[in-house]
Amino acid sequence: MLEHVAAILRRMGARVINSVWRLGLATRFFFLTLLYSGTCFRRPHLVIKEIFSAGVLSLIIILVSGLFVGMVLGLQGYETLQTYGSEEALGILVALSLVRELGPVVAALLFASRAGSAMTAEIGLMKATEQISALEMMAVDPIARVVAPRFWGGVISMPLLAALFSAMGIFGGYLVGVVLIGVDEGAFWSQMQAAVDFRDDILNGVIKSAVFGGVVTVIALYEGYDAPPTAEGVSRATTRTVVSSSLAILAWDFVLTSFMFRGAS
Amino acid sequence: MSMKKTTLDLWVGVFVAAGLGALLFLALRVGSFSAFETAKTYTIQAAFENIGGLKVRAPVKSAGVVVGRVVDIRFDNTTYEAIVSMQLGSQYKFPTDTSAAIMTSGLLGEQYVALDAGGSDRMLSNGDTLRITQGAVVLENLIGKFLFNKAEEGGVGAQEEGSAP
Repeated sequence: MLEHVAAILRRMGARVINSVWRLGLATRFFFLTLLYSGTCFRRPHLVIKEIFSAGVLSLIIILVSGLFVGMVLGLQGYETLQTYGSEEALGILVALSLVRELGPVVAALLFASRAGSAMTAEIGLMKATEQISALEMMAVDPIARVVAPRFWGGVISMPLLAALFSAMGIFGGYLVGVVLIGVDEGAFWSQMQAAVDFRDDILNGVIKSAVFGGVVTVIALYEGYDAPPTAEGVSRATTRTVVSSSLAILAWDFVLTSFMFRGAS
Repeated sequence: MSMKKTTLDLWVGVFVAAGLGALLFLALRVGSFSAFETAKTYTIQAAFENIGGLKVRAPVKSAGVVVGRVVDIRFDNTTYEAIVSMQLGSQYKFPTDTSAAIMTSGLLGEQYVALDAGGSDRMLSNGDTLRITQGAVVLENLIGKFLFNKAEEGGVGAQEEGSAP
């Protein structure tokens, strides 16, 4: 009996120690990435290539989902606001929810599953096929050459993707609310402009999405770098990337929101 | 990796331009762009008996035009009144005997401060306090007064009826 309890406790302890260990390694990995970022700025083409694979290739999914999220917001918002006779506030509802929350968060979740998983698989396979060791052998630092450009590519792409998501979403809300249902166009835009503040809402959304971009890419790169060099190891690492970066995005969103919007309006 | 360097550069350029365009759209068309407002402002205060649901950043309007924003609301421990600080654009000048009232836009809308210009020759400057104010109308008080008046009317009526015969 006592033996069983001890075994359970031991397993729990091992798990906790393991996760603290991994968290520490990931933090060390993050600082190493920052430390070796100098190469990126001397050779910007490395970063541009990563912006292509992280940002440009995510464009379709971001634009299409942005449009549909905005259209759904327009429909649902109209249904609810209509009962209070204030359907002119539809513009505020669509714009604020997109710019403050849905834009950065949903775009980051899509980014994690579209670009983050690809990064993990790529780095994991590079390690499995010993390309990373080959780089080290040629005295090229793999963190400076492989990891840092991907990190900066993610940090730069993410705010642009989130802004495109929000803009598409507002356009979708406009399509459904004004064109389809017939909310007054002037009220839609003017109430939106009166309620959305550049610094409080839009700039905070941009900061949020840059942080999310950093969080997702660090997790994706670390998982790839840390993956056991087997087919199974890479597949597990890819799954872990999507799960833990999605959780990290939501947790960071709560932390950032509680700092940014405390007491504001 | 078969993609040529120039094509890749072109696509990244298109992506970055589109992203910045979206940001510009958000800033200009969706937002009100207050971060780049360099217009000068001055701050005035007003004491209200009751501010109702007035919040910081609520608009200050005169004749329906937004002339400023509420920047601070605090409670005065000696007079037991709410001190509302308002930031007005310095292109808007108001006489010193201007009155302030807290109004509601629509039945359930947001509350704002309405300024009603007076007739004095001297103009308000930074740090001045408005003398004439009218607090928010609290719906419960209004209903209470209405019921009280009704009851009073009823009471008077009953007395009259009683004294008639």
